[in-house]
Amino acid sequence: MAALTREAAGRLLARQGILVAFAVFMVVFALANPRFIDIGNVAGVIRSSAILGVMALGVTFVVIGGNLDLSVGSMMSFSTIVVLDLHDTLGPALAIPAMFALTLCLGAFIGILVGYLKLNSLIVTLGMLSAIHGLTLMWSGGKNMDIADKAGTWFGIFGRGDVLGIPVPILIFALLAVVLSVVLSRTPFGRKVYAVGGNGTAATFSGVPRARVVFLTYILSAFCVAIAGLMQASRSLGSQNTVGQGMELEVLAAVILGGASLLGGAGTIFKTVIGVLILGFIQNGLLLMGLEFYVQYVVTWVIIILAVWLDIAAKRSRLWSPIA
Amino acid sequence: MTDATPVLRLEGIVKTFPGVRALDGVDLELRPGEVHALMGENGAGKSTLMKVLGGILQPNEGRILIDEAPVVMTSPLEAKGKGVVFIHQELSLADELSVAENIFLGELPRKRFGRVDWTRLYATTDAILKTLNVRFDARTRVGDLSIANQQMVEIARALTVSPRAVIFDEPTASLTDAEKVVLFDVIEDLKAKGVGIIYISHRMEEIFRITDRISVLRDGQYRGTLRTAETTEDEVTQLMIGRSLDLSRSPVRHALGKVALEVRGLSCGHLYRDVSFSVREGEVLGFYGLVGAGRTEIAETLFGLRTPSAGSIRVNGDEVRIGSPVDAIRHGIGLVPEDRKGQGLVLGMNCRDNMTLPQVDDLSTGPFVSDGAEVAIFDQYRDRLDIRTPGWRQIVGNLSGGNQQKIVIGKWLSMRPQVLIVDEPTRGIDVGSKSEIHNLIRDLAAQGYAVIVISSEMPEVLHVSDRIAAMYSGRIMRTFAAEEVTEDSLIQAISGLEPEKVA
Amino acid sequence: MAQTTTFTAAAPPDDAPVRKPRSQLVVQGAIWGFVVLELIFFSVAGRFLSNSDTAFLDLDNMLLLLKQSAPIGIIALGMTIVMINGNIDLSVGATFALSAIVLLDSMTWPFMQALGDWAIPLAWIFALATGTALGFVNGLVVWKTGVDAFIVTLGSMLGYRGLVFMYNGEQPTSHLNWTLVDFAEAQFLGLHTATWFLLGTALVLWLVMTRTVHGRNAYAIGNNREAAVNAGIRVGPHFLLNFMLIGFLAALSAVVFYSESGSVNPNDGMLYELWAITAVVLGGTKLAGGYGSIISTLGGVVAIQLLRKGLGYIGADTETVNLVIGLILIAVLFLDRQLNRKGSEELKT
Repeated sequence: MAALTREAAGRLLARQGILVAFAVFMVVFALANPRFIDIGNVAGVIRSSAILGVMALGVTFVVIGGNLDLSVGSMMSFSTIVVLDLHDTLGPALAIPAMFALTLCLGAFIGILVGYLKLNSLIVTLGMLSAIHGLTLMWSGGKNMDIADKAGTWFGIFGRGDVLGIPVPILIFALLAVVLSVVLSRTPFGRKVYAVGGNGTAATFSGVPRARVVFLTYILSAFCVAIAGLMQASRSLGSQNTVGQGMELEVLAAVILGGASLLGGAGTIFKTVIGVLILGFIQNGLLLMGLEFYVQYVVTWVIIILAVWLDIAAKRSRLWSPIA
Repeated sequence: MTDATPVLRLEGIVKTFPGVRALDGVDLELRPGEVHALMGENGAGKSTLMKVLGGILQPNEGRILIDEAPVVMTSPLEAKGKGVVFIHQELSLADELSVAENIFLGELPRKRFGRVDWTRLYATTDAILKTLNVRFDARTRVGDLSIANQQMVEIARALTVSPRAVIFDEPTASLTDAEKVVLFDVIEDLKAKGVGIIYISHRMEEIFRITDRISVLRDGQYRGTLRTAETTEDEVTQLMIGRSLDLSRSPVRHALGKVALEVRGLSCGHLYRDVSFSVREGEVLGFYGLVGAGRTEIAETLFGLRTPSAGSIRVNGDEVRIGSPVDAIRHGIGLVPEDRKGQGLVLGMNCRDNMTLPQVDDLSTGPFVSDGAEVAIFDQYRDRLDIRTPGWRQIVGNLSGGNQQKIVIGKWLSMRPQVLIVDEPTRGIDVGSKSEIHNLIRDLAAQGYAVIVISSEMPEVLHVSDRIAAMYSGRIMRTFAAEEVTEDSLIQAISGLEPEKVA
Repeated sequence: MAQTTTFTAAAPPDDAPVRKPRSQLVVQGAIWGFVVLELIFFSVAGRFLSNSDTAFLDLDNMLLLLKQSAPIGIIALGMTIVMINGNIDLSVGATFALSAIVLLDSMTWPFMQALGDWAIPLAWIFALATGTALGFVNGLVVWKTGVDAFIVTLGSMLGYRGLVFMYNGEQPTSHLNWTLVDFAEAQFLGLHTATWFLLGTALVLWLVMTRTVHGRNAYAIGNNREAAVNAGIRVGPHFLLNFMLIGFLAALSAVVFYSESGSVNPNDGMLYELWAITAVVLGGTKLAGGYGSIISTLGGVVAIQLLRKGLGYIGADTETVNLVIGLILIAVLFLDRQLNRKGSEELKT
């Protein structure tokens, strides 16, 4: 009987381990510092995680489809720079769709390489990380990009605005999370993403157009990046060329923390959101404790490895690896 | 019985996994200079027993004795050190390394500072290769060798120790007849040196040709040992499955409908050439031939996975172009592929999602998947095919082979195809499910489906087919009607003899 | 049933014991061909486009190029071995930075200063030990937890960077030792100190990979891990050793670079892992493991550096370098796949 409960507990931990860890983490920090769960603080954390979160939503699709996307950080810099530059030349109403079109083109390019030409996604997106960074620098001429008339534009609403007292970035993140969660779990496309990531050959043998599905995951990822770039540009109304640098790995960390398998076929939007929030709250909690921002790097390191380790340990029912 | 001390003896080996007693008191005795067949249906416990012997698994009970001394083996390396060597069915070689490096993998001769002693390595290897009469040398890259020669490398690896017992696991699965002869010569040599050989195979003809005794496992239990010279195929089969298997042609006959699929002059590079055949509604067309004869490749072409270099395909009389599985499905062609786990199923997905995967778009209501419609389809085909699963949420990877295969079949039946192609329908499936699937195929024909069955098992082809196309080296040598076919003529046709010589 | 044997004569002839080797253009050699192409291109294009008085193939220019290849190059050589194993190490940039901090900071410690110039070898040892220790942590985690090396080192890339910041906050760590600078700027037989380190490392690792049991086992493990395990190769300790090796080399790279520059910013070494992986992949090493060569990686390193310098030389903006390298990486991958295709007979999955 004891063995049975232990097994059940193990299963719960394996399936919802990340949720349990999140709950424990929140309680401990809340006890240590009640300000941690203050509504203003919580909203602040979600708001500052929103850009990373929006990118993570798109990457979740790519990862469940069995691929990686290391180019999202550099693509986000591109979107941000482009929309800021076009804002002053075309005006915000035209700049936004133009930026979306350009970003989607980049996504389509990656999607063709990985989906239709079946090139290794790690290398392709690694190459694109560098290539898009080059494009961004060429676009900006290496200089920072700023909106000339910061006071006179409505462009700031995506990053700074409020609707009914709720910050717009939170609204965008929440809305996108709900929509994409439905897409992933309730539509034929979502089902196909799981099938292609779970066993691409079997999916093909079942008439699922694998190349097109992979292509669409990258389009979706680029779409999310474009939204993130819009939010970033709108929040700061000016930007460096390297604003998204390194974010690809933070995004991946959030997705992995949420339990998506790098082999594909597993993961959910909900869990990715949890992963994003954990990263956000760790950062915030450590700051509230008076620690510097970089302490979170070390903590994140430990948490990522523990999370993945416990996940696979539960699957193989032993803690230590069987590697000799 | 005691003409020599056994080189290897197993006593009451028990191995349990959670919920399963995989081995239940198995005894086995291997004498020096004997070829000992180990037989049993898939799932009878052969592979578990071999893993125990090879040190990969530890038995829960029982003893292993080598030269009558009890031993404990905790790793493949330890087993090898004690003289028990494996020739695996799936070759375990490193393609990019040389023959010599593969043979001495893990035991490369060293000089000072961890350097490899290449001179000694190549000399020793060439000496071993010489005894095997092969025509490649120690420096050849393994990836450049044919499968048969790669197997020779595996055998050479076994000869680096002086083996007491060598275990061959389905060694002829992908060999040509000429290559088999070479392999059997090597086995004879080993035998002459007093090595005991355990030979695992499903191929009766080989068993009766080269083995001295046959031991049979069923459901994890030892069922007895027979002297090959004194027994018959029937007796062995009966021991394996606990009853005689009735593989006579099913007597049911029914009227055939119109031609559902017609293929004319289809070719695909050097994979197969100038293939023509047709299937009528209500008919089962069998494809029989050796592995590599081009049968699976034809199926893959019909399903849009290969581009033919010449020829035409007609479905219901209309010429069609099938460029992808999506096209094939639109034209009413379904394929149950040969590699169930690799090609047939997404093992991590649940039963229902696997079954409805090809029609998930058609079953959706508006932009969303329709749970109700999908569950209804799953329930319908679960009942019809008698799929044993706790429910549609069950992950397919947890089902037995037979039930997995039924999910794949159900996936295509629920699409109501014109033509259903079934490639190796019973590979890796237990006997009970096997005859169920055979009956199912006959039923489908009776309901008016045009069915193509591809199989390497002659009894299976003979049992289910109305007509049989015999393939050899990329060509259809001859198409037999079920009434006229004999085992001999079929074997001749798939061995490459010209049709006119057969007659 | 025995009658089947009488038909063996009809079996298809399989006389050739050795199959034709597959097409391998993007292998050893090909990358050096690319290097030569770059040299020709930039020399010719430079005649028309460059404002510089010196030729691109100027000896000093080439020597400088080799020197500048060294920091990424030494790391890429180590990355080659880890990738032949079928693993990857994303934490090398952070390891590089932390080792550099230890190198420079340790020379300011009172007891070290008391040692005079003898502090230099000691500081080197501290730095190299730091890198090796960080590699040890990666390797141990990969071995003991069985978590994929990509995830483990993705984590430690963040974690080690955190340690870098914790050491000295966001301030740069500086210490200039003129003896050290002289040493780093010295030239022997025309080559700079850094170049000697790069070539020496390449030579040693080439010997290790082609001549030693450890090197051959590295290929075997990446090629067919299960076979290696069954043959008794201890995969865990093997991985551990290689992660320690790449940690050591990241530190060596830092030693070579910061002996001269004398100042570390906490963000130094960022994206080095990407540059190193790019060089390794350009050199033809397979991402899945089991195939690759040290000499080809050296070619990949030189090719990248040539591209950076060459584009600058012909007057292209430095910004285009990132674009060109990214696209070349993808092009190499594409070419490699096209050349290894089986043509129209291939299964379309």
